[in-house]
Amino acid sequence: MTEVLETSGLTVRFGGHVAVDAVSCAFRAGELTAIVGPNGAGKTTYFNLISGQIAASSGSVRLMGQDIGRLSPSERCKRGLGRAFQLTNLFPGLSVLENVRLAIQAHRPVSASLFSMVSRHTGLTDEAMAVLERVRLATVKDQPVSELSHGNQRKLEVAMLIALDPKVYMFDEPTAGMSGDEAPVVLDLIAGLKAQTDRTILLVEHKMDVIRTLADRIIVLHNGALVADGEPAEVIASDVVQEAYMGKELTDV
Amino acid sequence: MMLHALISGDRPRSRILTALLLAIFLGLLFAPFLFPGVRALETAARISVFILLAASYDLLLGYTGVVSFAHTMFFGMGAYGVGLASQHMGRGYGSLIVGSLAGAALAAAFAFLIALFSLRVRAIFFAMITLAVASAVAVLVSQLSSITGGEDGFTFQIPRALGPANRMGEFMGVQITGKILNYYVVFFCSLILFLVLLRIVNSPFGRVLQAIRENDFRAEAIGYRVVRYRTIATCISAAVAALAGSLFALWLRYVGPDTTLSFELMLDLLLIVVIGGMGTIWGAVIGATLMVLAQTYLQDLMGSAAEATAAIPLLSRLLDPDRWLLWLGVLFILSVYFFPAGIVGRLRAGR
Repeated sequence: MTEVLETSGLTVRFGGHVAVDAVSCAFRAGELTAIVGPNGAGKTTYFNLISGQIAASSGSVRLMGQDIGRLSPSERCKRGLGRAFQLTNLFPGLSVLENVRLAIQAHRPVSASLFSMVSRHTGLTDEAMAVLERVRLATVKDQPVSELSHGNQRKLEVAMLIALDPKVYMFDEPTAGMSGDEAPVVLDLIAGLKAQTDRTILLVEHKMDVIRTLADRIIVLHNGALVADGEPAEVIASDVVQEAYMGKELTDV
Repeated sequence: MMLHALISGDRPRSRILTALLLAIFLGLLFAPFLFPGVRALETAARISVFILLAASYDLLLGYTGVVSFAHTMFFGMGAYGVGLASQHMGRGYGSLIVGSLAGAALAAAFAFLIALFSLRVRAIFFAMITLAVASAVAVLVSQLSSITGGEDGFTFQIPRALGPANRMGEFMGVQITGKILNYYVVFFCSLILFLVLLRIVNSPFGRVLQAIRENDFRAEAIGYRVVRYRTIATCISAAVAALAGSLFALWLRYVGPDTTLSFELMLDLLLIVVIGGMGTIWGAVIGATLMVLAQTYLQDLMGSAAEATAAIPLLSRLLDPDRWLLWLGVLFILSVYFFPAGIVGRLRAGR
C-alpha cells in the first residue's frame, strides 16, 4: 500500500503549551484510521495542521509525497485533502443545493465564470442533486441551511465533503449530536466511501462501537502526543487507551 | 425566454416589488415625456446613475460582505476622467470614451492595490484602508486646483449633439433637445451596466462571492482562494462605480468634489443599499429611487405642508423646509427599524 498522507514530527505550540507534540504518522490508501483520545488531546488541532487552518511550529505534512506544509487551506483542498468540521460550518444563508453546488464547482474553471447564469449549468445541479440523494437531503434542497435541523446539517457537512471528491477524507466527529436514527445514515456513507478502496479516511470519533465496526486502524493521541497505533482490537485493549479513557494518569508511555 | 436571460433569472419574487420595479423602469424610460421640465429630468438622470452606483456598491457590501468607504472615490475617478479628457482633448465622443475607460482602469488599479494590501489581513482592515485612501484622494483633488479646479471643480464641454442647444423638433408635444438625447445615453448605459451586474451576481462566480460572505473560513476550506475572489469583486465594483461617475459627469457637464467625492455622498450610498436591501441588486433600484426622490422633493413637500399648518405653531415650525434633513433622518431610522432586511427583503418575506 502506498502512503497517501504523512506527517513527520508535526508540532504546534501555543505560547508555552504544546498542543500537538511531534506526531509522525503515515496514512495509506484504502485505510480508515480512527483518531481517538480524551478531550483536549489535540485531535482537532492535528486535523487543523493537516488541512492548513493553523500553521505548524515544526515538522512536515506530505500529500502524495509532496510537502504541503506551507500551502493555504484552499490549495491543500485542491490537491485532494477534504475536511469536514466538528462544529457545523456551512453557508447558512444559502440553500442546501447551493451549498453542495459550491463544493462541486470549487475545483473547476466554471467558478471563474462571470457572465453565465448559474441556472444554465445544469450539469453542476445534477451532480449536486446526486450527492443530495446519497445523503437523503434531496427533499430539503431549497431550504436555507440556517433552517435545517442539526442532524440534517451534519449530513450536509458530509455531503459537502463527498461533493469535493477528495483523495483524503477527514471527518471530525461526524455524528456528534445526532439522534440515534440519524447517525447510521452518516456512518453508512462513510462505510460506502471506505468501499472505494483508493480513498484514505481519517476519522475523529469517540463512540467505541462506531470505531470497532469502521476502523482498520486506531491511533491514540494524548496530551498532543501519539501514544498508540495499531489494530483496533489490540489498541482498545491496551493499557494506554483504558487509562486515557478512564481518566487515570498515564505514567510511562 | 429573453426577459429571463436579461434579468439573469433573478426574479423579484414579490408582486409588489415587481410592480414597483416596473413602475420605476417605465418612469425612467419615458421620463422626458411623462414628467416634462428640467428638474424632473435632472431627477430621473440622477436616479439612473445612483441605481448603477448603488448596485455596484452592493456587489461588494451585500454580496461579498466587504465594507468599503472608497466607493465615491472610484465614482469620482470616472467623473474626473471624463471631465479632464474633455478639457484637454477637446469636446468629442473620443474624449468621453477615453476619459471613461481611463477612469475605470484607474479605479480598478486602485482597488487592486488596496485589496492586495489589506484583504490578505482581515476584511475589517479593508474598510479602514479605504477610508484613509479616499480621504487622502479627496484632499489631493481639492489641493491640486491647477488640474482639478480644487473645491470649485470645473465645467467642460460635451459633444454639441448632447447639449441643450441642439433642437431636433417636437415629438409627442415635447421639444426634443440634445439634453434629452444625453438623458437617454445616461439611462441606457446605466441600464446595460446594471444588467451586467445582475448577471455577475447570478453567475457561478457570484455564488462564490455569496459563499465567502456567508462563511469565508469554509469557502477557503473547500478550495476557494478567498483573497483572489474578494480582490476581483473589488475591482469590478470599482470599475463600474467609475463608469457611473463618467455618466454623471456627462450629464452634469461639470465635475467637482461635492458632486462626486464627498463623504456625505458615501453615507447616502450606504443608506441606499441598506434601505433597499443588502445582497439583492434589486434593492439598489428601490433604495436609489427613494433616496433621490426624498432629497429632491421632500423640501417642496414640507414647504407646502408648513403653509397648510401655518395656524398650528409648533407643527408648522417642525415642517419648515429647513428641517428637511431632520425628517429624512427620521425616515431612515423608521425604515431600518421596520425593514431590517431592507425594503426588498421585507417585500420578499411577505406579510
